Parts: sequence; structure tokens; C-alpha cells
Amino acid sequence: MLFVIAFSANAQHEEAHVEETKLSTQDTEKLERKEYIKHHLLDSYSFNLFSYEKDNGETAHVGFPLPIILIDGGLQVFSSSKFHHGETVAENNGNFYKLDHNKIYKTDAAGTIEYDEHHHATNEKPLDFSFTKGAFMILLTCILMFWLFTSLAKSYVKNGGISKGFGRLFEPIVLYIRDDIAIPNIGEKKYKKYMPYLLTIFFFIWFLNMFGLTPFGVNVTGNIAVTVALALLTFLITNFTGTKDYWKHIFDPLGDTLPWFGKIPLYIILIPIELLGIVIKPFSLLIRLYANMQAGHIVLGSLIGLMFFFKSWLGSPMSFGLAFAISLIEVLVALLQAYIFTMLSALYFGFASEEHEHHEESPAH
Amino acid sequence: MEKLLNEFSLGLFFWQSVLFICLLLLLRKFAWKPILNAVNEREEGIKDALASAEAARKEMQNLNADNERILKEARAQRDSLLKEAREMKENIISEAKGEAQAQANKVVEQAQATIQAEKQAAITDLKNQVAELSVGIAEKVVRGELADKNKQIKLVEELLKEVTIS
Repeated sequence: MLFVIAFSANAQHEEAHVEETKLSTQDTEKLERKEYIKHHLLDSYSFNLFSYEKDNGETAHVGFPLPIILIDGGLQVFSSSKFHHGETVAENNGNFYKLDHNKIYKTDAAGTIEYDEHHHATNEKPLDFSFTKGAFMILLTCILMFWLFTSLAKSYVKNGGISKGFGRLFEPIVLYIRDDIAIPNIGEKKYKKYMPYLLTIFFFIWFLNMFGLTPFGVNVTGNIAVTVALALLTFLITNFTGTKDYWKHIFDPLGDTLPWFGKIPLYIILIPIELLGIVIKPFSLLIRLYANMQAGHIVLGSLIGLMFFFKSWLGSPMSFGLAFAISLIEVLVALLQAYIFTMLSALYFGFASEEHEHHEESPAH
Repeated sequence: MEKLLNEFSLGLFFWQSVLFICLLLLLRKFAWKPILNAVNEREEGIKDALASAEAARKEMQNLNADNERILKEARAQRDSLLKEAREMKENIISEAKGEAQAQANKVVEQAQATIQAEKQAAITDLKNQVAELSVGIAEKVVRGELADKNKQIKLVEELLKEVTIS
């Protein structure tokens, strides 16, 4: 269902491209599509639902602008509509800004942007805290989750301990995360402390992944900034809740099996590896989520693009079928990635909060 | 790697961190704690209910066993009571029979005694009458006969003989 909507929304956009490039060669058409998919993967300063070509040849965008917040000699706040989708220079308090490759650059009134030999803009970039499309989706997800789960919590009180309403759908998942992710990995004693984080991160990633599959869907979880923020939290929680044993395992993995002078040469190698391990664990989390979501969007986008590339009765339905199958898989991937992120976070928390002396049984690590 | 760094946007990172931490703290207070507590409570409730159901089942079993035992005892008691009653009945009947027999014997005996007495009386009466008659007859005969003294003695002798015979 979602897919069909996605298809039609994209179709409108694609057609505009097709019209524009009717006269050009197939190669430029390919390039346009590639640009379009790339563009879709990136964050944006306005919420664009779709765009189409007007009768007079202008491209019209349907959507709404979002606030631009810059720190550039004081706080600069203005609406992204001033950019007119990157076509014009925005002016605010005597400062001029222009969009280039989806980034804001400081410029003059004429909007000149200088490029180096790699076609990279060399203009000054102001510190950008804009409330972008991605941030908007995050806020939307936060509001949805807050509403959903507080109503679930209230329904328990109202119905004497039995959930009711839409939130009830998620109760088994909450129980699953508790019984099959938190308790086995962290242990009966300490799992309670981590439950709020695990639940929040699971539903947050899952919901954002699912929103990414809707036609207006923004690739939020496929954005490196978001995954970095998520993995950073896991990293901080892991290390701030780490027990004495956890740190001992890192700085003194051999324990009492070797005299101190024997350890020194080994530890010159071992401790950096262990320290690296602390960072690599959450790093793998952020890359995995980013790459999976990014890849899914690229594949889906390409397949939908193929439909218009073939323009034949055989090729287009075939790529439609393929795109349909892939989007079904993407629904699964959305859930799976949320599960993996939660599962691995729980695993790392489990390592950090472990207290039994397991390093003595396996001194070689 | 350069592409990743290029894609990294500090703004989005900032908003994501702020919004997510707010969400985490709010949900922890207003959603996860109440939900997990409610679920825990419910699970405890279910456990308790199951345990008490099991206890009730066991109690029921005990009760049933008790009932069975009581029933058995009652049945045995009834049987013994019936047996006793039957014995008593037989006793009473046999006693009554014996008494009746005794009574009957007594009556018969009395009757026999009475009959004997009556018979005796009748015999005596008859004897008296016979004696009177014989005396009368004898008087008459004697009056006739006693004209002669020998004859009188002979007669007395004869009479005496007769009397001893009878």
C-alpha cells in the first residue's frame, strides 16, 4: 500500500525529469536519476512532498519550509522558503546565504560561489543548526512515540493492569525486548536500569526506518549524523555504567596469571587493542545501521528509476515487481536493524555490567 | 570516509541528540516505568493466581478424599446398624415365638388340668349317683331279700366282693 503511494509520488517527480531531459542523451538522463536518488538520501532544509512541472515550464514544489538556524555572528533564524529550493540567495539581517549541493554557504548579494579544482565550494560555511527535514521527522517520531507509549501506560491504570487501545499492539514487543534481549544479555539483576534505553532505541529506530519507507519518507536512520548520535549514547552508557571488572578486563586482562614484569611487553600490545575495541563496538553499530538503510534506499530508488528507464511493457512491470519485492524485504530490514542495534547495545551493556570473574577462566582473552 | 565526513551534519547531530535524550527521559518517566511495573505486577498476579489455584485444587483433592472416607465410614455404620436391626428383629421374633409357645402350652396345660378336674368331678358325681342308685336299689333289694338273715349275710359278702373289685 505504502509502496503504491511511494510509486505515484515518485512518478510525478520522475516525469518532470523525463520531460526536462527529453532531448538530451540517455547518459544525462541516467546521471539525473543518480543525482535524484542521491538527493533523496540526503537531508533537506525544507519538507518537500513532491514537485511537478507547471504548464509554463516552471517546476513547482509541494511541501512546506522549515526553519534555518545559523550561528554566524549571532543567531540567524529564518525560513527555508527564502532559498526557493536553492534557486535564490537568502538574506537575513544583512547576511547572504546560498544553497550549494544541499549545504549552506555564506555569500554576497549576487550569490557568487567559488569552486576549487574538485568542484567543491570554497565559500565560508556558517555553523548550521537548522531544523531540517530529518530533524522534523525525528521530532514527529518523538511526539508519536510519546503519545503512543504514555497512552499505553495510562491504559494499564484505567483497565486494572490490562492494556487497551492501539498501544497494546506494542506490548508483546516490550515484553520480547525485556525477556529475550535485556534479561539474557544483561542478567536478571541489572537489566532494569537499561530497559528504558533499550526500549526507546528499538522503537525509535524501527519507527524511523518505517517512516523512511513511506513516500515522503526521509532517510533519517540512513543519515550518518543520526547513527553517530545513537551509537554515541550506547558508547557513553556502556562506559559510564562499566563495573570494576569491566575496566579491569580492559587494562589488566591477564589478571594474576603473570608477574607484573611479564605483563609489560604484552600489555603494550594488548591494552591499545582493548581500548580500540571499546570504540570499535559502537562504531560498528553506527556503520551497520547507516549502511543498511542507505543501501535499501539506493536499491529501491534505483529500481523505481528503472521503471522509467525501460519505458516498455515488459521492463517496467518487471522492475515494478522487483521494487515491490525489495520494499517488502525493506520492511523486514527496518525491523531487523532496530533489533540488531538494540540487541548489540544490550550485549555491550552486559559486558560492561558483568561482575563475575570470567577473565580468570580465560586469561588469554 | 571523506564522503561520510562530508555527509555528517552537526545540526542534525545536535537535534537528534537533544530530541532523543528528551524522548528517552520523558518516556522513562511517563511510559516505560509505568508499563514495566504494570506488566510485572500483572505477571506476579498471574503467578499468584496460578499458585492459589493449585493450592485450591489440592485442598479440593483433600476434601474429596475426606468425603470419600466419611462416606465409607457412613456406609459401614449403616451396614452395621442394619445388621444389628436384623438381629434384633430376629431376636424379638424368636422371643415372641417362644413366649407364645409357652403361653399356649400353659393354656393347654390349664385346659387339660381343668378337663381332668371336671372329669374327676364328673366321675365322682357319677360314682355318687351310682352309689346312691345302688344304695337305693340295694335298699329295695335288701328290703326284699332281708327277710332271710342268711341271705342278708351272703349278700353283704357278695357286695363287699363286688366293691373291692370295682
